[in-house]
Amino acid sequence: MARPPLTEEELVARYGPHLNTAPPGGWSADADIDRMVRTHCCFCGQQCGIILKVADDEVVGFEPWYEFPFNEGKLCPKGVKRYLQGNHPDRLLEPLERDPAAPRGFREVSWDHALDRVAREIRRIQAENGKDSFAILNGASLTSEKAYLIGKFARLAIGTSNSDYNGRLCMVSAGHGYNKAFGVDRAPNPWSDIPRADVVFVAGANIAECAPITTSYIWRARDNGARLIVADPRVTPIARTADVFLGLRPGTDSALLGSILHVLVERDWVDHEFVDAHVEGFEEAAAAVAGYTPAWASDVTGVPAARIEEAAEIWGTAASGMILHARGLEHHTSGVDNVSAAINLALATGRIGRPGSGPCMVTGQGNGQGAREHGNKSEQLPGMRRIDDPEARAYISEVWGCTDEELRGKGYSAEEIVWAIDRGEIKGLLSICFNPVVSLPDSNTTRRALEKLEFFAVVDFFLSETAFHADVVLPGSLQEEGEGVVTTLEGRVVKINEAKPPPGNARRDVDIFCDLAGRLGAGRYFPYRDTREIFDELRVASKGGVADYYGMTWERIEEENGIFWPCPEEGHPGTPRLFEDRRFRTPSGRARMVPVAFRPPAEVVDSEYPVWLTTGRVVSQYLSGTQTRRIGPLVKQYPEPLCEIHPRLAREHGIESGDVVRVSSRRGTMTLPATVVSTIRPDTVFIPYHWAGDRAANQLTNPALDPESRIPEFKTCAVRVERVGPGGATVDRRDYETRTGDAPDTGDAPNTAAGGVPGEAPGPATPPGSGT
Amino acid sequence: MPTLTEYVPDAPGEMGDRVFVVDQSRCIGCQACVQACEECGTHRGHSMMQLDFIDRGATVQTVPLICMHCADPTCAEVCPADAIKQNEDGIVQSSLKPRCIACWNCVNACPFGIPKKMFELDQMMKCDMCYDRSSVGLAPMCASVCPSQALWFGTPQEFDATRTGVLEDTMVFGGQYVRTKVQVVVHEPGPVAVAPGRRYTHWTDDPFGLDEGPAEADVSRDWPLAPALSAAQQRQAGPGAWPVAHGAGAGAGAGGVGGSAAGDAGDSRTEGARP
Repeated sequence: MARPPLTEEELVARYGPHLNTAPPGGWSADADIDRMVRTHCCFCGQQCGIILKVADDEVVGFEPWYEFPFNEGKLCPKGVKRYLQGNHPDRLLEPLERDPAAPRGFREVSWDHALDRVAREIRRIQAENGKDSFAILNGASLTSEKAYLIGKFARLAIGTSNSDYNGRLCMVSAGHGYNKAFGVDRAPNPWSDIPRADVVFVAGANIAECAPITTSYIWRARDNGARLIVADPRVTPIARTADVFLGLRPGTDSALLGSILHVLVERDWVDHEFVDAHVEGFEEAAAAVAGYTPAWASDVTGVPAARIEEAAEIWGTAASGMILHARGLEHHTSGVDNVSAAINLALATGRIGRPGSGPCMVTGQGNGQGAREHGNKSEQLPGMRRIDDPEARAYISEVWGCTDEELRGKGYSAEEIVWAIDRGEIKGLLSICFNPVVSLPDSNTTRRALEKLEFFAVVDFFLSETAFHADVVLPGSLQEEGEGVVTTLEGRVVKINEAKPPPGNARRDVDIFCDLAGRLGAGRYFPYRDTREIFDELRVASKGGVADYYGMTWERIEEENGIFWPCPEEGHPGTPRLFEDRRFRTPSGRARMVPVAFRPPAEVVDSEYPVWLTTGRVVSQYLSGTQTRRIGPLVKQYPEPLCEIHPRLAREHGIESGDVVRVSSRRGTMTLPATVVSTIRPDTVFIPYHWAGDRAANQLTNPALDPESRIPEFKTCAVRVERVGPGGATVDRRDYETRTGDAPDTGDAPNTAAGGVPGEAPGPATPPGSGT
Repeated sequence: MPTLTEYVPDAPGEMGDRVFVVDQSRCIGCQACVQACEECGTHRGHSMMQLDFIDRGATVQTVPLICMHCADPTCAEVCPADAIKQNEDGIVQSSLKPRCIACWNCVNACPFGIPKKMFELDQMMKCDMCYDRSSVGLAPMCASVCPSQALWFGTPQEFDATRTGVLEDTMVFGGQYVRTKVQVVVHEPGPVAVAPGRRYTHWTDDPFGLDEGPAEADVSRDWPLAPALSAAQQRQAGPGAWPVAHGAGAGAGAGGVGGSAAGDAGDSRTEGARP
């Protein structure tokens, strides 16, 4: 049973997160720089170019890479401080095995011992329970070579169908929406199109905090006279500057977008020539919104009808326009529908395949685009091929030299794998680049499920909260400790270069998987001498697929500052803008408008849980925080989660900024400081999700899934908000017990002091400047 | 392998006609500038950058503040030890360590509030516009990384060709005109009056807490979301009520607006795959 060997507090004290605040050797060290390595930031799908300064095989700082065209030297704070993770004291340097008797809860073991045990347990569990009883979870911050390797490893070395990735929490709704509309899962436009748009419509995307560099593209558009429409339940930093702000109620996106389509049709702001020649489904899509008048939508969304009309007029009468959307549309049980509703606005107005015009998903994770293209996603094979397509199966079997049976089939999605573990169907798990205890919804269920595993192995560079549960921990490599390619949110394939070797006895992820494949008796499928050979096989495997990399080489990618796929043959220039020829990869060759009827969220507010909760990110943290909660200057910027609450709602509960509030849903309860801001809807509270333990917003969120994409509904659930007491320097439960005589009813671990950041004096309850 | 020297231009020289520009309206508050300032070679580990919300309760607007590098720097004028020097490029530098007596006159006198008391060094330090970089034509760290380019470094010609707004280099503090090397972006040309309008905070309305009702300030601070509420919503008793459905049966009732019921509100999961 994969229970943590010590308490969470004890494990945090031993393995972190601790804070690294200064470069190797300290600030005054005058290191001789040995190498300047041009590579890309490991955080977020923009993959900004960055030059890492390396001294004595440690990354000691960075230099802006002005010549890389996407970001021209620009970086967000995560990029600036990412170099502090390399020589971090929390790095895992030896393989570990759980040992509750050991003072640190784990004992160091040899690689042979660790890998043999992993291989033995995989085979034992499969022999007793069937091949699919062992699952793999992996991540979209891995290079494409790693993602390809792990997808192949799952099928040919382990032989399981149950392999999925954490892009299931990120890009799958967008992927399904774009596949339905275009037959291609990629943002159709390069970002250089944004400044060429007459109108930029940002729908459910906190650009300034989650894709900060994209801000400069939007500003360039505005310098060129573009108008800006923003739809969001919060006045985000980008929304602050909008011409029209649509402050919608969480979970009502398709009503809002459907109403805009309604107005476009009613006022005949439709590009009939384009629609007639290149679109199918227009009539059905229009019929679906026939009743979606702005007055109706205003009632559903809370946005004044006049603003919906105004947005429709700006979008409908412009000569060109881009609609940028992210998890705000996609993290819903109607995530795919919401994406289709956004795409419909572009298709009705003919905005695709030309400069400054297109719908674009804003991809979240480091390799959120590339990792999902090459087979670590449960329903796909390399090249963005469908695993249920006999032709695709035949091709990949040939490339891999395996039988069709060995390819296995479509397995459970990430959240469903956890559910299958919970009900005893899956008994063993190998996880890399995924911290489900923090990142999946309903974390109490996730933790309970992990504890039921017969065997759990984790590959990671830090001991994440998920790895606390592991039987065996294999110390792996950071992005800068290996090489390969990633694909950015533009569909641009760029080269990651190795800056330093893994520390101690940690090994490169690719070496770990190839070694393990050998021990599982599948070495013949993994004969790679280096990562380049994996890339060369990936090129061939992707050939003829939607995401075709065949014409690319590592050298070309570097020389040309990246190549946009598809790049089907050598010498092909790549494809920055898709569909310029108006030929779509749907069966009919036409783009498809999908009729979208508004569906309310899976959970709606009621008298017991009367407030909407929406979750999201802050600019200084990345995803589950495994890396960024260990970087001191980033932690200082926003030390702990805050509950954003509108003055009107706050007043009803007697809450002031800095007070501690209890937020409860049907799944869990957490206490945290409130920040009273009039930049959020009065019926909604917001909590960022990067933290673990009792600071985890995902204790509250709803694991209901989109029926098509299987994405969880992170962005909407119903909660109750109560004032617990005045804030202090930290949220320490013991404090309010003594002050109020009323212990919070969470009944388990003590509060934040334990789940927090040891080794540093606790920060103020409110980050500098965020309170009033 | 490339080396550090590749970033020194062919003809190292002075800053030329490049200017540092601050456009506060573009700032997104991400603090990339604050973090990158620490990486500047002339004051590693110490950020000279200031960035804060103007009033987080009311708005997400933030303001980045670097040294404005005044033509006639007040900090240098009030320094009794003549420790603050201005170089030929007009850059006002940190105090000279051998001269600085840590009297903090400069900290008190600067109209922009820029100089910092560095107690551990017993010295005043401030932004020097990354002179190790800007003196060879490279952008300072903050302007290099700024994702929104609220902080920008380049020539006035480049500015006019690519950006909107008017550059202004004169501020008025009461009767004092201060001309600065750093330019700010304004809508209309002419000196910028920095003398504040009425600062709107809770306590200015009711400094002694005499009004026992909800603070008046809070009501007006509902902007800008208050207009986003329809009249129907504002009549709702509860802050979180779904527009059509009320009470415990909200899940099913919500079907009235969309045609599809959300299921039993008591069971949050509509998916059947739960154990």
